Formats: sequence, C-alpha cells, structure tokens
Amino acid sequence: MIANYGYKDGSGEYYISIDTDQCIDCAAGRACLGACPKQMFEIITDDYDDEVACIKEANRRTLAFDCADCKPAAGHDSLPCTDACTPGAVRHSW
Amino acid sequence: MSNQAAAPTSPEKKEFWRWQENTWVDESRDWRDAKILTCGIDVGSVSSQAVLVADGELYGYNSMRTGNNSPDSARNALQGVMDKCGMALEDIHFVVGTGYGRVNVPFAHKAITEIACHARGANYMGGNQVRTILDMGGQDCKAIHCDERGKVTNFLMNDKCAAGTGRGMEVISDLMQIPIGELGPRSFDVREEPEAVSSICVVFAKSEALALLKAGYTKNMVIAAYCQAMAERVVSLLERIGVEEGFFITGGIAKNPGVVKRIEKLLGIQALDTQIDSQIAGALGAALFGHTLMMKQGAAKAA
Repeated sequence: MIANYGYKDGSGEYYISIDTDQCIDCAAGRACLGACPKQMFEIITDDYDDEVACIKEANRRTLAFDCADCKPAAGHDSLPCTDACTPGAVRHSW
Repeated sequence: MSNQAAAPTSPEKKEFWRWQENTWVDESRDWRDAKILTCGIDVGSVSSQAVLVADGELYGYNSMRTGNNSPDSARNALQGVMDKCGMALEDIHFVVGTGYGRVNVPFAHKAITEIACHARGANYMGGNQVRTILDMGGQDCKAIHCDERGKVTNFLMNDKCAAGTGRGMEVISDLMQIPIGELGPRSFDVREEPEAVSSICVVFAKSEALALLKAGYTKNMVIAAYCQAMAERVVSLLERIGVEEGFFITGGIAKNPGVVKRIEKLLGIQALDTQIDSQIAGALGAALFGHTLMMKQGAAKAA
C-alpha cells in the first residue's frame, strides 16, 4: 500500500509517501525513526495488522514547515529520511 | 387599554444546509435469524452513521448529524436503527468504530481507520470492480485505490482544507438560501457554464460568491461556479494518485449531481452507480470488517 501523509493547500502539495509493502519487513532496521531530526516517523499496526512506519498525526498538517530544515534551501543535498530508508519506501512530493 | 405595538421579531432563520437524516431497515428479513450480527459506527466531523450487517449483508442503518460529543453521537446513531428493528446492544456480536471519533465509541470492540472502511464499504456497494474511490466527507476529502477485495493499495487524504468537502457545500447552501438538496439540479439550470470560482478556500469562495451575485450572476450561476470549483479541486487530488476504471464516490457530496457530473466530465469516466446511501460507506465497511473478524474468531475457536 502507498500511504500518502500530508496535504494540499494554496501554496502547494506536501505529501510524504510510504510504500508499506517495503516497510513491513524493513531492510533498513527502521532507520527512518532516528533519521528524522523532528522525529516525525513512528511505527504503527495498520488496519491490516501489519507493522509499518507512518508520519505522526501531529505533523501531518505542518509538513511544509516541519521538513523545511532538511530541504535544499536549508543547505541539504538530500533528505535524511529518504537516505535512511535504503529500500526506497519513503518519498517526498516536493 | 394598551396601544403598544408588538415588538418586531426577526423572521425564523431557516437552516438551508440541513440535509435529510434517514433510517432504513430491510423489512424482508428478521435480524433474529442471523448467526452473526455486526455493527459499524462512523462518527464523522459532520455526520454519524450506524450500520447493521446480518450474516455479511446490509440489514439496516441510521444516518444523522454529529452532535457535540462523539460518544453521544455514536449512541444516538445506533439507538436510531436499533429502535426501528427492536434490537438491543447485547444482540450485536461485534462493533467496529471508524471516522474521526472512532476512538470515542464507548461500546466498540475495535477501531479501524475510515480509509480502510470506505474502501471495504465501496467494494460492497459498487461491487468488486471498484478500484478508485473518492470520499467527499464533511470536512475532508480522500482519494483511495483498492484491489478486488476492497483492500487499500494507495490513499491520500486532505483534511487541512475544507475546500471540496460537504461543509463547503453547506456554507454555499446557506449563503444562497437554497436547500442543500436542490443545489445540484439547480447548478445545471444555467444558459452557459460559468467559470469556476477561483478561490479554493471555503471562506474566500464565500466572499467570491457574494461578489459574483453583486456583479449580476444569478444564484444558479454562482452555484454552478462553486460546483465546478469543487469538482476541479477534488479531481486534482485524485490525479495525484491516478484514476483507474471502476470509479466510485462515497460521502454526502455523492448525492449532489452538480458536483458528480462535473467530476465525471473532468475525468472522462462515469462513476459506478449504487442503490445504497453513499453516506454510509464508512460505517458499512466497518460492519463488514466486524463480520470478517467474527468469522476469523469462529474459525479459530473451531480449529
């Protein structure tokens, strides 16, 4: 399943997508949890009883601001969360 | 003798946004004959539904406006349908809560997200050819892909902005002073299709609608412009995950042909039809999940 967390508003689309099929048997040892400086990732049991990563509820409506420090404008070449997720399950839409 | 004139009173304020609450029970069956009776409770931000499923088939439902607290809304929704068929809570084997208030359904055995429940409900209502679901809820909008069993394969949700939601339509209904059920048909009663209102925000769309009225637009033209804007808004959300054949719309807005027809035109595909109230999809899916869980428990006990 592709789970898209985030929103679209007048300024743009801000979604973090997680491919839960790759996430179930994480080959990266849940590295996303520690990689995010804002600790936005957490592990949940989803509706189909699989343990997968998701974005915390509190961050889902503020992604544009929460992720700003890791974006190129803040001097980063790549995102810590997508780098940590070696199977490539985590993607940003912006 | 008094010559005092009665104090002027303001005319009674009509609530044009108020949609039809309804209760239905399958009179051709008796729930007492069912081996497994499950219930799904969807406590949404605007409406609450209780759906009863007897042996895996829809038996009855009650759809009403959400009150100011989730537990009472859940109780009232369920009581409405139980009263209609002479049932008590003890008669129900399994209750699943869903929607915004899912964790506040005191008598629920399990809570499941509305995304999974809408997919499951749409699969029942539209058949196993349903692949893309658009849920236009009271205060959010969801685009969902599912497989032939109604299992979610891709979803996205926008609950930050009320544009493209039922609440937006209620605001326009009150502004135009036209009952919400008439908005859709009236949106087609225009000489030519107007441009969509440009504001995507409900608050600004309301201001823009007022400006259009002042500029000489008829009420029907303003409604048409708003329906078009709403359709464009949700289509952009859908396009983010892609649209596959087997398109199904759930939620209250599915009852508004002014939005549905415009969405179909923009997408170039027709939404699948159903005889079941589109607003109960989430609660129906929850009740069906309950049925599956009961079956699994039964199988586990038998093993």
